[in-house]
Parts: sequence; structure tokens; C-alpha cells
Amino acid sequence: MSDAMKNTAIVKSGLKKRYLKEKIFKSAGIVSIAIAFMFLLVLLTDVITKAIPAFTQTQLTLTVTLDAEDLELNQESSIEDIMAADFRQPIREALRARFDGVTKRNDKKQLYSLVSIGAEYQLRDLVLADPALIGQSITVDFIADDDVDAVIKNAIDRSLPESDRRVKDLKLSWIESMEASGEISTAFNWLFFSAGDSREPELAGIKGAILGSFYTLLVTLALSFPVAVAAAIYLEEFAPKNRFIDFIEININNLAAVPSIVFGLLGLAVFINFFSMPRSAPLIGGIVLSLMTLPTIIIASRSAIKAVPPSLREAALGLGASKMQTVFHHVLPAALPGILTGTIIGMAQALGETAPLLMIGMVAFIVDIPQSIGDPSTVLPIQVFLWADAPERGFLEKTSAAILVLLVFLISMNAIAIKLRKKFEKKW
Amino acid sequence: MTEPRQLIDGVILIYGTHEMSISALLLLLAILAAFGFFIGRQKIHLQYKKQSNKARINTLPKYFGYVAGLAALIPALILLLVLEVAETPWINHQISQEISSAQLPSGDDLDLFLNDIKNASTESQIAALSDEKQIIHGHYQRIVKTTQWAKTAVVLALSVLLGLWSLKKINTATRARYLFEKTIEWLLLAAASIAIMTTVGIVFSVFFESMRFFGDIPVVDFMFGTEWSPQTAIRADQVGSSASFGAIPLFVGTMLISFIALLVSVPLGLMSAIYLSEYANRSVRAVAKPVLEILAGIPTVVYGFFAALTVAPFIRDFGESLGLSVASESALAAGLVMGIMIIPFVSSLADDVMSAVPQSLREGSLGLGATRSETIIKVLIPAALPGIVGGVLLAASRAIGETMIVVMAAGLAANLTVNPLEAVTTVTVQIVTLLTGDQEFDSAKTLAAFALGLMLFVTTLVLNMIALYVVRKYREQYE
Repeated sequence: MSDAMKNTAIVKSGLKKRYLKEKIFKSAGIVSIAIAFMFLLVLLTDVITKAIPAFTQTQLTLTVTLDAEDLELNQESSIEDIMAADFRQPIREALRARFDGVTKRNDKKQLYSLVSIGAEYQLRDLVLADPALIGQSITVDFIADDDVDAVIKNAIDRSLPESDRRVKDLKLSWIESMEASGEISTAFNWLFFSAGDSREPELAGIKGAILGSFYTLLVTLALSFPVAVAAAIYLEEFAPKNRFIDFIEININNLAAVPSIVFGLLGLAVFINFFSMPRSAPLIGGIVLSLMTLPTIIIASRSAIKAVPPSLREAALGLGASKMQTVFHHVLPAALPGILTGTIIGMAQALGETAPLLMIGMVAFIVDIPQSIGDPSTVLPIQVFLWADAPERGFLEKTSAAILVLLVFLISMNAIAIKLRKKFEKKW
Repeated sequence: MTEPRQLIDGVILIYGTHEMSISALLLLLAILAAFGFFIGRQKIHLQYKKQSNKARINTLPKYFGYVAGLAALIPALILLLVLEVAETPWINHQISQEISSAQLPSGDDLDLFLNDIKNASTESQIAALSDEKQIIHGHYQRIVKTTQWAKTAVVLALSVLLGLWSLKKINTATRARYLFEKTIEWLLLAAASIAIMTTVGIVFSVFFESMRFFGDIPVVDFMFGTEWSPQTAIRADQVGSSASFGAIPLFVGTMLISFIALLVSVPLGLMSAIYLSEYANRSVRAVAKPVLEILAGIPTVVYGFFAALTVAPFIRDFGESLGLSVASESALAAGLVMGIMIIPFVSSLADDVMSAVPQSLREGSLGLGATRSETIIKVLIPAALPGIVGGVLLAASRAIGETMIVVMAAGLAANLTVNPLEAVTTVTVQIVTLLTGDQEFDSAKTLAAFALGLMLFVTTLVLNMIALYVVRKYREQYE
């Protein structure tokens, strides 16, 4: 046997083992991708299944008598009088009429808690819209309390022994009796999209948070886009090679990696304590977030400007354009799609950011819907954080629903960015 | 009775229009600038018309308009900014003097006193103030009003004066385009310098507050103390009346959770990058890359919710079924979820450095008969090692600075332990809890948050610097 033959034999004898190793290595790669994939799937299904109940609302159909004398109102009552009238009584009477024989004080309290405390405002708004209703008997779908809602959505197990169950037997019997007679219905939860935050899960909505996010992003965009584009233009087209410019570049790269909570500390110390600007306002949130997203947009804009071929610049300069005209009339329009893509991605990042906004007081409980960038408000991710902490079970589904809304916004922003990139991408 | 009422109405009017007055002022400045632009352009346009030798014209009339417009706008804007910044301290100074002459009730804190006055904006709030405070409130409103008027007048005057001056000065011999372009270039430079100002702002804000903190608590106690309990008791004789600020448990907790996160993310991220760049075909890549991008785009608060409500209970129940006692806010749950969050980060960085390795190295190894995995392990990874190390350092800095996952899923109590099944707390969790509670700003408790912030900033800065240095050094090798 020659040496060559011997070597081949040695290689061949080891082949099986080596191929096995190859297979193991390759499957390790597949497994790690599969883990990431699985995790995403579990996370999304978890959020979606928890969120779905939040989009329907349980309602109780009751017939209330709006007695003019009891309400101390008549057809000509002013808006102020209607606002001040006690609409709780008619609802309570309707409940007592539906379940007569409830006499004990505690039982009555239980009975009244079948409807949400928002029911009286529901009734008031109906009367405000149509004062002719005073003196009539009307049938209204009232918002049910979150406990009733939980029973109807099977979030509370009816078969549990009474001592382990949040809703006790008496209340459960009422709910089941109403359910059997068709007085309980479910409808799409419009309130979730049209109301601000509330302590009551059945009345809480995300409109305030969505508008807060909107105003915050508006400020962020207005500040960071022009500044970032200007900075990118300067660094790519005008900057001389010197230490100061190097220092700027090092700063930008480092700021991109500074933890976001540090920007919150900056906002707290500088804007709130030093300049005594208002707490909780989208204005401050927007300023802090724009400082945070600046590096992202600058880096994206720079690579977009860098991708514009030099021939374009040379042609413009050759035709007698000044440096400034070349950049603003020719380079910038060519780089704009890339810059916009980077900006949208930066905005998406800002939309999902929570930690720095916690620092500047956007974490307060705010019921009112913000009307401007100066009003106290909260943002979507912080609403998620606040609700995730709330002890009431009803907030669990609200949290998931708010996450879903947040993800829908983020995914559509990213989809727009990808679409934009695809549409305007030029191969030079 | 009518007179105070009118006064109060007037006060409310001024109060409500503070924001509005600024936007009105900005609008006025814009109008003045536009005037400057049109008049300047028109002036040069007319002069050009009179000129006999049209060939000597080398600047468009609009550039003269831009120069006049910018002269009316930019100095006035800078002045406005400076005045806005100086306004509050000035008003505070003025009103403090008023108070010292009107006698501050003994034992009342000056800042609190001022806050009461400033916060009263509605009629009922003003009525609720004490008589003395109502008088001062009136003074305060008067000072605010004069300051605002003075500010508006000065800014507008500067704008008009400079606008007129530049309009008078410009003529066809002015190098208007050059002036305009130089100004724009300076503005661009100013925009680029904001990055420096942000860094300076961060350093100053955390540094000065930390220095105040270290004035109360010795640095050594903070850095090497093993007990962290920032809550001070209300009465001095209660148990735990003195807070202790030993940050070692926080550092250990942060390390523990970050270590778990890296243990998850580095192998998974690296392996998925290797598989995607070396093995996967186009269709697999087309699915897997967006999945990783979606993972990277999910807000951290969502991960935190998932960690706290799904993963942590699952790990606890699973541990209990094995007979282990697992805390419901275990470090393991937070670390695992954080690890998943960092996978796309590691994977994209690894992808970058692996694709920077020259193709010839791969081909050489494969040509010698090595299998793909042997090529990767023995050639690619050693060649890309500095870049991979840099990526891991960046991932570590991400993990240390991550806030929402740990705020929602890690504990609040500072336990000095390295057992991943127990609850630990981290630096970022403590910053959030110290600063989102009560808001007296001078207590050691709130200042401690800034000291922790300083630690966080310095640590991540050093990690980033090393990582960027290593990555850059490595890139140069193959270029």
C-alpha cells in the first residue's frame, strides 16, 4: 500500500465523524433560528389571545324610568341642570325592579355594582342629547361592571367553589338570570378607542395615550428631522478633516449606544429642574426623544448621502453650481428616500420608547385627553406599563389590547419605510 | 368686588397665553424675515434693471433677499432663546426679593412658598391662598407680565433694526450668495454640534447631581457597601432611620441578569447569523431576516409585560414541579427574555463582521477539503473574532442599560445573591423607582438615582469605546 492510499484511508475513516459534526453544527443553526421564531410566535399569540376580549364589551339591557320629579328636571332644563342631576337613582330603581326582593343593605350594594359606575354618565349623555326623554321610560344598554364582563367572557370560572370565586353566588345568579333572558349582550368596545384612562377597567380607553404619543412624535419629528439632516449634510459634504469633526463623530456613535434611561435623566435634570418646564408634557417628551433618535437618523442620512454617486456632484459643479446649490438641489433630493426611511425607523423607535419618558413624569394617571403639546399626557408604551401594573383583572386584557395597537402602529410604520425604500431605491 | 375679579381674569388671560405669545412672536419674526426677503430682492432687482452692463451680474436677486431675511431672523431667534432660558431664574430672583421685603412667614421654605404662588392659576386656587400670598401672587403676575413684554419688545426691535440695517447695506457689489452660503454652512455645523451638546448635557446633569450625592454619602460607601435600602424612615427614632446606599447588590444583580441574557443571546445570535449567511438559501433568508427584524422592533415594554406575566409564572411553576423554590420575579425570567430581545442585535453585528471576512479565506479552506463547519469554526470565527468580541461588548452594554424588562419583571428588593432563581434588582430598576415616587429633589434618595445613572453612563461608555475601537481596528486588517 502506498503512502497516498494510506492517507486516503485515514481521511475516509474520519469522514463519518466529520460529517456528523457538520450535521450537528448545521442543525444548531436551524435550532437557534427556530427558537427565535418560536419565541416570536408564542409572544404574539399570547398577546393576541389576551387582547381579543378587550375589543368586546358586555352590556346590560335595563328599562329605566326618567321620572321628571325625581330628577328635578323638565323638558326645558338647562344643560347645567342636567349635568347636576342624579342619574344614579333611576338605574338603581331599574335594577331593584328587575330583581325584587333584594332588601339587605349589602345585597343592594352588590346589585348596584352590576352596572359600571360609568352607566349614570351614559344615561346623562342620552338625556343631554335629547331632553325630550325626560319623563319617559327608555331601554338602554348599560356598560356592565368589569366583574360581570369577566363572568360573561368566562375569565371567571363559574364552577369554582364560592369561596375561591371573585363573583359570589348571589351575584352570579343575577348574572345568569339576565343572561338567560337575553338582557346581557356584547358589542364592539368603541369606548376603548374613544376614552382616556380610567381606574375602572370597563371605562378605560387608549385615546389619550394615542394622542399623547402623536403629539410627542410630532415634536420629535419637528426637532430631530431638520437637525439630523443638517448634521448629516455637514458631516458628509462640508466637514473638513480635523479633530473637532472627529470629536463630533465619536459623540454621535457613542450617543447611539447610550442607554435610553440616561436621556431621561438628562431631561429631568436639565429641562424640568433647571429650566422648570412642565412635567408630563409631550413637549419635553418630544425633546428628550429627539435627542435620543438624532444619532439614528444622522447615521441613516449619512449613508443615504454617501450612496449618491460623485458623478452627480461633479456634473452639477461642472455646470457652475456652487457647493451649496449642488448639495441642496441635486444630492439631497437623490438621498431623500433613504433619509426618510431612516427617519421613519427612528420615529418607530421613539414610539416604542418608555424608560426616558418615565423619568420626566409622563407616568402620571391622566384621565383627560391631551389637546396640545403642553397638556399633561401619557404615551402608548407607558399606558401599557401602567395597566400591566394595575391589580384589576380587567386591565390584563386592556394591556394586551394596547400592546396590539402599539404593534400595529409600529408594523405599519416599518412597512411604510420598507415600501418607500423599495419604491425609490435607485441602483446608481 | 368687580375690580379683583377683573384683575384675576386678566391674570388668567396672561397665564393661558404664555405658549401662545411665543408662537405669535415666532410668527411675527417669520413675517419680518419674509418682508426683509421681498424688499431686499426687489431693491437689487431694480438696481440690476438700471445697470447697463448685464454681463457683470453674477448673483441672483433672491440671494440678497435671503441675506436680508436671515439678518432679520437669526440674531433675533438666538436672542429669544437666550431670554427664554434666562427668564425663569430672573423672575425667581425678582420675586424672592419681593418676598424678603414682605416677610416670609417663619419656618416656611422659600421654594415651597414660591411654588404655591406659581401653581395657583385658576380663580379658586388663588382664592385659597393666604392673604400674604395673594399679594405676592399679584406682584408675581406683574413681574411675569413686564418680563414678557420686555422680551417681546427687545426681540422684535433687534429683528427690525438688523433687517433695516442689512437692507440699507446691501447693493449689487455685495457678495450675497457667498454670505448666504457661509451662514447656512454655520447653521449646518451648529446642527452637527448638537451631538456634542447632548453629551455635555448628559455628563453635566448626571455628574453635578452625583457630586451633590457624594457630598452626603462617601464614594467608598456607595461603591463597596453591601446594603442598599434608600428608604428613610419618617421619624428619626424608627428602625432603619438612616438609609444605606451600598450599591454592590445592584451591581451584582445587573451583572447576573446581563450574564443570563448574554448566555442566551450570544450563542443563539451567533448561530443564527452563521446559519443565515453560510448555509441558508434565499427563501429561508427571506423569512428569517424579517422575523429577526420584528423581534428587534418590538418595544421593550412589551417584552417586559411578557416576561412578567407569562415567562416568570411559567418558570416558577416549572421550578416548583421539580421541587425548586423559584421567586416569582426571578432573575432567570428577566434574563431569558432580555436575551431573546438581544438576539437580533448580536446576529446583525455578527453578520456584518462575518461578511467582512474575505471570500478567499473560505475558498482556501474549502479547497483543502475542510467541511463547511470546519471552515467556519477554524477559519471564519478566528478571523472575525475581534469583531465578534466587539459585538458581544455592545450587546453587554445593551443588556446593562436595558430598563423596561427589568422594571417589570425583576425585583425591587436588593438581594446580594448570584442564584438566578431568586429575585434581584438592577441599577436601572432602582433609578426608575427612586425617581418616579415622591419628587423632593434634594433628598439623598433622588440624588442616588443620578449617582447610579453616572455609573451606568460610564460603564456603557467604556464598553462602547472598547467595542468600537476593537471593531475598527479589525476592519482595517482586511481593507
